[in-house]
Amino acid sequence: MIIKVLGPGCKNCVTLAANTADALKELGMEAEIIKVTDYKEMAAYGIMSTPALVIDEKVVSYGKVLKSNDIVKILEK
Amino acid sequence: MHMFIFEWLNNQVLKMDWLNNLVNLLVENVFGLNTEERLGASIQFFIYDVVKIFILLSFLIFMISYIQSFFPPERTKKILGRFNGITGNILAALLGTVTPFCSCSSIPLFIGFTSAGLPIGTSFSFLISSPLVDLASVLLLASIFNWKIAIAYVLVGLVLAVVGGTIIGKLKLEKYVESFVFSNNMVEMEEEELTTKDRVHFAKEQVLDIIKKVWLYVLIGVGIGAAIHNYIPESFITAVLGADKWWSVLVATLVGVPMYADIFGTLPIAEALVAKGVGLGTVLSFMMGVTALSLPSLVMLSKVVKPKLLGVFFGIVTLGIILIGYSFNAFSYLFI
Repeated sequence: MIIKVLGPGCKNCVTLAANTADALKELGMEAEIIKVTDYKEMAAYGIMSTPALVIDEKVVSYGKVLKSNDIVKILEK
Repeated sequence: MHMFIFEWLNNQVLKMDWLNNLVNLLVENVFGLNTEERLGASIQFFIYDVVKIFILLSFLIFMISYIQSFFPPERTKKILGRFNGITGNILAALLGTVTPFCSCSSIPLFIGFTSAGLPIGTSFSFLISSPLVDLASVLLLASIFNWKIAIAYVLVGLVLAVVGGTIIGKLKLEKYVESFVFSNNMVEMEEEELTTKDRVHFAKEQVLDIIKKVWLYVLIGVGIGAAIHNYIPESFITAVLGADKWWSVLVATLVGVPMYADIFGTLPIAEALVAKGVGLGTVLSFMMGVTALSLPSLVMLSKVVKPKLLGVFFGIVTLGIILIGYSFNAFSYLFI
């Protein structure tokens, strides 16, 4: 599973990445978390607000800093 | 009779006279300081202003975020897609004030608008009005100054956004936008249907988020405001920034533009400066410089827009701010 956190590097995307790492730890799951800060790459996903969370190339959330429990719920699906 | 009620509401809810008196009692009776003297007055002002700003912030952000939850960027994009020409610019400027996003989203938003086919002039009207005119800060302006100033600030900000965006559109600068922005494959994101509970949750999160982001700026701003009120002599301030000094607007703009601070932090400084005789226009130019342009946002914009367009954007907005500053100084007798 490849997880991407999209954002230019402001605090929100850093927090989202940290919350995602926490969620993975809680579930005992292993996954690569990639921070995407290049606008060209981000634009390809079609999002209009950051930060955004992409799991296996599918945008699961945008414009929100999800808490780790929210991320856990998404991962469990 | 109506005027009287409005006055009372204005004084108690926005200016919080009751809080001012309460803090006065606190400082005099609990801390034992004389509020007529500098130290006591500074502390009284600091506590009162900080508490007032945080209370107002919380209420305002909650209400406004609730309203903003009805205008996600996706909907804004769809609405704007239906209008051309200057109507598009005007609408973009208006929507820029109610569309929520953190300033780092401004670039994905610009890319989203542009690749959906919106003319770049329209997108720039949005980009100019968004950080400049913000419902919460308008209400804070009304609380710290008065409604005439707040409304004037909004109108002037919107005009700057519309005119700036229109000029950029007319100059046909599309070729200065990085090509990847146009060739973007827009994924049609489905608009999430929000329930009232979702909206309340969103509004609450926004309040916490924003307070976490700005509390330090507010404290610093109020601190500087308190120092200006009580420790820096009026003569020094008017010598540098006085309303009659022709360079005051330029200085204020040039100082404000490269700075990155939250507008809530600048408001108490603005209030203190005006009280010390700095021109209203000078102070507004400072505030607009801080919010509309900042080094971080220009750096981000430079990744999607080539230097010439970036320069035009920067030049138009700065010029607009300077013009607005001089106009407000010239006409300030209408407002204060």
